[in-house]
Amino acid sequence: MPQVDTEAVTGLLAQFEERRSSLIPILQEVQNNYRYLPQPVLKQISVRLHLPLADVYHVATFYNCFTLQPVGKNLVQVCLGTACHVRGAPKVLDRVLSDLKLSQPGTTGDCEYTVRTVRCIGCCGLAPVVRVNDNTHPHMNQAKVKGMLKKYYSKQAARTSG
Amino acid sequence: MPKLLINGIKVEVENGTTVLEAARFLGLPIPTLCDMDGLTPAGACRLCVVEVGSSNGNGNSRTKLLSSCTLPVEEGMVVHTHSARVEKARRLLVEMYVATCPDSKRLQDMASAMGVREVRYSTKHENCIQCGLCVRMCEQQMMAGAIGFAGRGHHRKVSRPFDITDESCRQCGACLYVCPVCEQRCQGSTQKTALCNGCLNFATVCFQSYNDAMCFLDPCHACELGGPIRPDVNVKLRAEK
Amino acid sequence: MPRLNSVKEMEDFRATCLAGRDANKPCLTVCAGSGCVAAGSLTVLEKLRAEVNKRGLEGQIDVKSTGCHGFCERGPVMIVWPEGTFYNQVAAKNVVDIVNSVSNGHKPVEALLYKDPTTGKKYEHEHEVPFYAHQQRVLFGNNGRIDPKDITDYLRVGGYQSLAKVLSKMTPDDVVDSITRSGLRGRGGAGFPTGMKWSLCRKNGKPNGHGEIERYVICNADEGDPGAFMDRSLLEGNPHSVIEGMLIGAFALGAKEGYVYVRAEYPLAVEHLKVAIQQAEEHGILGDSVLGSGMGFRLKIVQGAGAFVCGEETALIASIEGRVGEPHPRPPYPAQKGLYGKPTIINNVKTWASVGHIIGRGWEWYSSIGTEKSKGTMVFSLVGKINNTGLVEVPMGITLREMIYEIGGGIPNGRELKAVQIGGPSGGCIPADLIDLPIDYEQLTKAGSMMGSGGMVVMDDSTCMVDLARYFMEFLEDESCGLCFPCREGTQRMKEILTRICEGGGHEDDLQTLEDLGWVMKETSLCGLGQTAANPVLTTLRYFRNEYLAHIRDEVCPAKVCKKLIMYEIQPTMCNGCGACVAVCAGTAILGEKSKPHKIDQAKCTKCGACLEVCQPNAVLVS
Repeated sequence: MPQVDTEAVTGLLAQFEERRSSLIPILQEVQNNYRYLPQPVLKQISVRLHLPLADVYHVATFYNCFTLQPVGKNLVQVCLGTACHVRGAPKVLDRVLSDLKLSQPGTTGDCEYTVRTVRCIGCCGLAPVVRVNDNTHPHMNQAKVKGMLKKYYSKQAARTSG
Repeated sequence: MPKLLINGIKVEVENGTTVLEAARFLGLPIPTLCDMDGLTPAGACRLCVVEVGSSNGNGNSRTKLLSSCTLPVEEGMVVHTHSARVEKARRLLVEMYVATCPDSKRLQDMASAMGVREVRYSTKHENCIQCGLCVRMCEQQMMAGAIGFAGRGHHRKVSRPFDITDESCRQCGACLYVCPVCEQRCQGSTQKTALCNGCLNFATVCFQSYNDAMCFLDPCHACELGGPIRPDVNVKLRAEK
Repeated sequence: MPRLNSVKEMEDFRATCLAGRDANKPCLTVCAGSGCVAAGSLTVLEKLRAEVNKRGLEGQIDVKSTGCHGFCERGPVMIVWPEGTFYNQVAAKNVVDIVNSVSNGHKPVEALLYKDPTTGKKYEHEHEVPFYAHQQRVLFGNNGRIDPKDITDYLRVGGYQSLAKVLSKMTPDDVVDSITRSGLRGRGGAGFPTGMKWSLCRKNGKPNGHGEIERYVICNADEGDPGAFMDRSLLEGNPHSVIEGMLIGAFALGAKEGYVYVRAEYPLAVEHLKVAIQQAEEHGILGDSVLGSGMGFRLKIVQGAGAFVCGEETALIASIEGRVGEPHPRPPYPAQKGLYGKPTIINNVKTWASVGHIIGRGWEWYSSIGTEKSKGTMVFSLVGKINNTGLVEVPMGITLREMIYEIGGGIPNGRELKAVQIGGPSGGCIPADLIDLPIDYEQLTKAGSMMGSGGMVVMDDSTCMVDLARYFMEFLEDESCGLCFPCREGTQRMKEILTRICEGGGHEDDLQTLEDLGWVMKETSLCGLGQTAANPVLTTLRYFRNEYLAHIRDEVCPAKVCKKLIMYEIQPTMCNGCGACVAVCAGTAILGEKSKPHKIDQAKCTKCGACLEVCQPNAVLVS
């Protein structure tokens, strides 16, 4: 777990109004910056907004966008929306998980990939869809999975460029 | 002061009164699990649902089931607290409750009282129905807010933040005190079906048959201390665990 | 960026904008909606601009990126104006030909024209293409013409004229009256009459310390239904149409502040909305005095954090307030007590976008479209097993048959239509034999389904309806907020039973149990999510009971989907030994020598189906 700089967090919090309605935007900012919600930061937020920690914890664990564990370098989101489901997305998900040796959506041991299911990215015409980081991969099938994942493997990239 | 009809009885109450409060004022026994005086209503357990609205006489019913604990009274409201639809709903709910927490005497008592004869779901032995009384008690009466819910949907549960007892917890035990489920243990989980029927196996001096045995009465001393009067009935005493 | 301090100044500015653009000047609009972007339209845009610059033609040819044109199956799409020539499946390599054709006589590039897959006929103009010909694109019509990041484009097509009309000629009562008479119903799902909602809101509210009544307007852009993306496309492609609607609503309701709640998964929509709001503020269309009228209105964007339940009104409000998205029992309704306890109107993106059109063209025009109780047009996302996937805007009352065969182009690979899921996880399946059903609120409810947000997923005989019901339950069990017992527990129990049925462990009384569960969830759940959660199960039970019974009695999955009930085998007579299957097999279960028939080891087979996907001679059989 990376160290959290309390000064930096205080600076971040100062950008928001000291009211309840700032809670979710603050959590979104923290999640974007740190790639997860560190425990001490949640504590700082609860103090600043005068909310019980249990309350902040509930919000942090309620929404899909927030994680209490760091996200891997590559976020692989397999869309399981209805259109994608009907066009074979569950099989693509199974293949992604088995290729990465995961039994269920989560982060790989080497923190390279985090696999998550998403319900509808909104590109239903291109189903089944997998989004890796900011790239959307349309018309996926099981055969394409291996190649797609390989492209993002950072250790590989480091090796080829180094 | 709004006037409304509950089970055909006219009642007039203060503005801001809930239908549950109005019904209780009339002495009507509405079952609840997540309601407690002194705490805000949650509308979570859904047992207090009542049928609101009237049929227009053409066979078209424009009524809805709404939780009475959260429903503010309105002038001219028509409410039925024990219609067939309401009773059916409560029975189906209790069937699900018992399957979730078969060890709870309170839930087993409700099942007996409503005539639930079978439970069609697999039993889960959760000791929580997420009524939220403990959370609201901690926040509203004890002013601590040390526990809360975490997660969503089937992952939701009552929890301490990060599973660590927060400094705001004063170890007062109020959460245990208000829990409707972790009361006296019942024998439900030891039976083949989720239904306890513990009382069935007691041949008490006062009742003749199962349909007369009402589990929600506290057992009399004879049952509690003396054991079975009828030796032909196979019994497990409550005290024996 | 001139500040417009009156309606007249805006009209003058509009005239200037119109005059500044030669209507005959060639303009290439390329769709940059999320769908086409994923198919590579940004590269096409880049290459087009580069080619035009290379030839020194920047002054003579405009290249513009626009919002979603709707025909996502055929993306990237683009239109050449002023002719309106429609090109589909445009790739970077076609750029030279396109620029050639525009600069030399405008003869269309044949290869890029839409060709009907069954008749082989080619169509030159967008409105002739069958997919578009049957549509009535009131809300989406301008997507292909305007750059969403340029407010002057919106002004050029007549944008903010309705706002001008309202500010100069109408009273709040007039506006509410128009909306009521038009028959507009909420396009977010339940179809509640919008005018009635607005009237209720106006009746509520107590003056604050300054003697003002605070009210709010909110745009629900959470669009959680998997398979629905029309709100996204509208926000990406024509955000000003939504802003204009909300301004008119704010005028009618006396609201000074508005929010657009956009789900987290739509970053492009958020970006375009931000730009649109900024530009509107710069021109004085949003701010302390809208077009100098004295009415103040500010719009803020709030991003969702990933929760389907936040599409529910009261959960959305809770989310804006910084709470968990747990719904609140209704009554009281948001129109009475909403955001921060004040009367609030929440409407869907499409509803707000309709307001401007109704005010502009009149309620009589709007109520002439559609059926008796369902007026206007409806936008559907037509997806799934259908040839022409995309966004479709049609008048209410069109039949399912027309949607699927004439607009949708039928089912691919010659398969049979089995069912259509309308309304997302809250809706239900309509079976193929109800294909002549006219689509409107009443008819859908009668059939057991729901209009919902407009998601329409088409299924053929390769979809197992029991598996589909289980899929929806899995979704709902995850997305349920968990507050109330019947929804939280009911979705879990339903999924448990359906999984058991899919794995061959079902009993006949399970069907009654499912119906009872569905009944109690519908009757006692706290919010719309729980109340409609059982719909997918109840409708599939109603129309596809035989499929359930096959799973239970015979332990057979007729659609060959449920893994525990099927088996993959390679037919030795058809296998050519190419080994393509071995490479993709998830369980390394296929053995065989090169050029000799291969065999699947059933003990290792994970039923992933990859072999079936890659087998060229179709040697893989599923039973």
